[in-house]
Amino acid sequence: MPSYSFTDHSYDVVVVGAGGSGLRATMGLAEAGLSTACVSKVFPTRSHTVAAQGGISAALGNMGEDDWRFHFYDTIKGSDWLGDQDAIEFMCKEAPSAVLELEHFGVPFSRTEDGRIYQRPFGGMTTHYGKGIAQRTCAAADRTGHAMLHTLYQQSLKHSANFFIEFFAIDLIMEDGACRGVVALDMATGTLHRFRAHVTILATGGYGRAYFSCTSAHTCTGDGGGMVLRAGLPLQDMEFVQFHPTGIYGAGCLITEGVRGEGGILRNSTGERFMERYAPNAKDLASRDVVSRSMTIEIREGRGVGPGRDHIHLHLEHLGAEVIQKRLPGIAETARIFAGVDVTREPIPVLPTVHYNMGGIPCNVNGEVVTRRGDDVNAVVPGLMAVGEAACVSVHGANRLGSNSLLDLVVFGRAAAQHCARRVEPGTRHRPLPKDAGEIAVERLDRYRNAEGSRPTAELRLEMQRIMQNDAAVFRTGETLQEGCDKLGTTFERLADVRVSDRSLVFNTDLVETLEFENLLLQAAATIHSARNRTESRGAHAREDYPDRDDGSWLKHTLAWVSPAGEVRFDYRPVALGTLTDEVESIPPKARTY
Amino acid sequence: MAEFRLPDNSRYKDVPGRRFKASPGATRVRTFRIYRWDPDAGEKPRIDSYQVDLDRCGPMVLDALIKIKNEVDASLTFRRSCREGICGSCAMNIDGVNMLACTTAIEDVKGEVRIFPLPHMPVIKDLVPDLSNFYAQYASVKPWLQTRTPAPPDRERLQSPTDQEMIDRPSACILCACCSTSCPSYWWNGDRYLGPAALLAAYRWIVDTRDEATGERLDELEDPFRLYRCHTIMNCTEACPKDLNPARAIADIKKMMAERQY
Repeated sequence: MPSYSFTDHSYDVVVVGAGGSGLRATMGLAEAGLSTACVSKVFPTRSHTVAAQGGISAALGNMGEDDWRFHFYDTIKGSDWLGDQDAIEFMCKEAPSAVLELEHFGVPFSRTEDGRIYQRPFGGMTTHYGKGIAQRTCAAADRTGHAMLHTLYQQSLKHSANFFIEFFAIDLIMEDGACRGVVALDMATGTLHRFRAHVTILATGGYGRAYFSCTSAHTCTGDGGGMVLRAGLPLQDMEFVQFHPTGIYGAGCLITEGVRGEGGILRNSTGERFMERYAPNAKDLASRDVVSRSMTIEIREGRGVGPGRDHIHLHLEHLGAEVIQKRLPGIAETARIFAGVDVTREPIPVLPTVHYNMGGIPCNVNGEVVTRRGDDVNAVVPGLMAVGEAACVSVHGANRLGSNSLLDLVVFGRAAAQHCARRVEPGTRHRPLPKDAGEIAVERLDRYRNAEGSRPTAELRLEMQRIMQNDAAVFRTGETLQEGCDKLGTTFERLADVRVSDRSLVFNTDLVETLEFENLLLQAAATIHSARNRTESRGAHAREDYPDRDDGSWLKHTLAWVSPAGEVRFDYRPVALGTLTDEVESIPPKARTY
Repeated sequence: MAEFRLPDNSRYKDVPGRRFKASPGATRVRTFRIYRWDPDAGEKPRIDSYQVDLDRCGPMVLDALIKIKNEVDASLTFRRSCREGICGSCAMNIDGVNMLACTTAIEDVKGEVRIFPLPHMPVIKDLVPDLSNFYAQYASVKPWLQTRTPAPPDRERLQSPTDQEMIDRPSACILCACCSTSCPSYWWNGDRYLGPAALLAAYRWIVDTRDEATGERLDELEDPFRLYRCHTIMNCTEACPKDLNPARAIADIKKMMAERQY
């Protein structure tokens, strides 16, 4: 192996990822006086938070009665009781201050007539524990994520945070079970960098690209999850993959739930508003897993639209051009470009599309990564934290409510920064790194850079994406899941025969895509094996052979360890059913209807 | 007599490009002619041609680039992320015009599809330009809220819908750099003229009713180069893939400058 040299850096904290949660953590750390590096494989405003549309939830009550306890209840019910109630309490209670803080940073929120932040209804968001419809989702038209991400980047500039942009994080530096930092590749020069830090915060987002059709960006490859698995740590609740009801048929681009929040309606081939049958109260604003399943059943039973009867129509023409122009201008543009549809006159063809990973790196309310060691189900991994979609706190449980994701980013990004500020004294001396620090990363880099097999990365990636799409879909059965596990095993074998054609070091995207593919593949394995293992239906995980929720056996989090060869081992952690304080009462599991 | 030559890595006609034919049986073939340059190879740039069967390809230029990378030539290098026109990664020069590859339909380009990196920027590799200066200029306008009055502790700063409307479109910029790199004045004076994207960012804060640094912001732009190298050519507004109007924002800033003289 040719020798590679490292450029070494030392910081109090290193953040990997510059989306909403990574930037919120970075600016908080910089503000607290901790020396902070933010390492990102894309320029911050290219991160996928930018594509979030509908809004961010918080019980501000600007447009009607609201209470964070209602939000707490909705989130637990949305999670199908797999969410940890202490973490959910923390998030919902912090929500109003987190959103007001964003406004104080300058986010260009849409406004009510009296100048307050505009709020719209969203799926599963109710008042009085399911009785009324809440207007809780704070919006900047239909580009809330864009408004937030740009504002958070601007705040990071204001606080002079250190960015390492277009640096691809390859692997964690681990020593005796603790994280000491991370190794990254500077894509523009092809040089390797070792970042030594007292705390490493993974804010690397989801792994939507494990599937063939997803709303996720090409860069959503869950690199943090891959690094964690290679470090011998588990991921949690990976079987729970959210299908967003309204991805554009064919292109997969997201059409926000805010369309239905503003009054949009789903109709089948007979013109029926079928959600009235499946969710008599919430109708089109039922939880995403419920709507996606209902659409899939409609299509299966022959009531899909289009020549292949294989999708559904989303109507918003009745909202009128003015509301569309004011509240949903981005949707009008996206539908025109990607579906050739004028939304003021015709419906948008839509299909449930992979959108969000409820599962991820297990952590506690502070963002510290945890694992299970023997009877200790909350064993903290020293020096390692995770936030945002990469993490599994778990506030979303088995199904996330729309607009709770942007909230998760800022609440836990902020909490992680505050936790570091409490624990790390700025400028604390670093112990020397172990001699072999970073060798695993170099070995992988060199192996793939010179990979002379017969299968291009793109071919193997497509194979994995098709397996996941077919065998770990909206509805699953033990049979298809087993088949998927077996096929994915073959893909793991073929990884040894991968071919990378670009041998250069400067901006070698062929190499980076291969490293990303390995991250995806490990998480695909965790997902489909965990799905086969969980013999019940809960939230987004719908087993046709086990159609009911089974609290007796399965009211617990799955932990999955994945070996380099794709073998998966399981253990479990209990769900936190108790609350953090006595300001709210815990919600015991009950039947979930909308 | 002085002789002017383009720098070596801008002269792409000296080296013959490679040609990749569509697979036999392809029915709807389009040729993509793409600028290639690898700094590691030590060669001058060249134009490679790829024939793509449109019946086996998505509708957008980005779909064709990805198809080429996946199936023909994995070394082809470009940035991409969201594929829906909101992240601004895949800005490039397509058929002579700066646009996002992900929202440009192949059908809207006539004949061969010629693809170059954004003009007049240093090239890192193939279609990847170095945007460091562009980002530094954005940061130089202090694009964050500046106030002296503390924010109300328990609620938002109020802003009427009409006031919000003034920042609604300007804040929708995706920093793709299509506008700045289409501006001849920016080509010529990109080191000192801020360019339309950074000026639009400055404008977005100048007109934000919550911001209290309007005077300082205008002071910073009172400079023969930073602002006044805009000669109202309007290429920026023509180029913007989000239908924003940086030219109008710049004109408004100039007007505010004039008004405060009196």
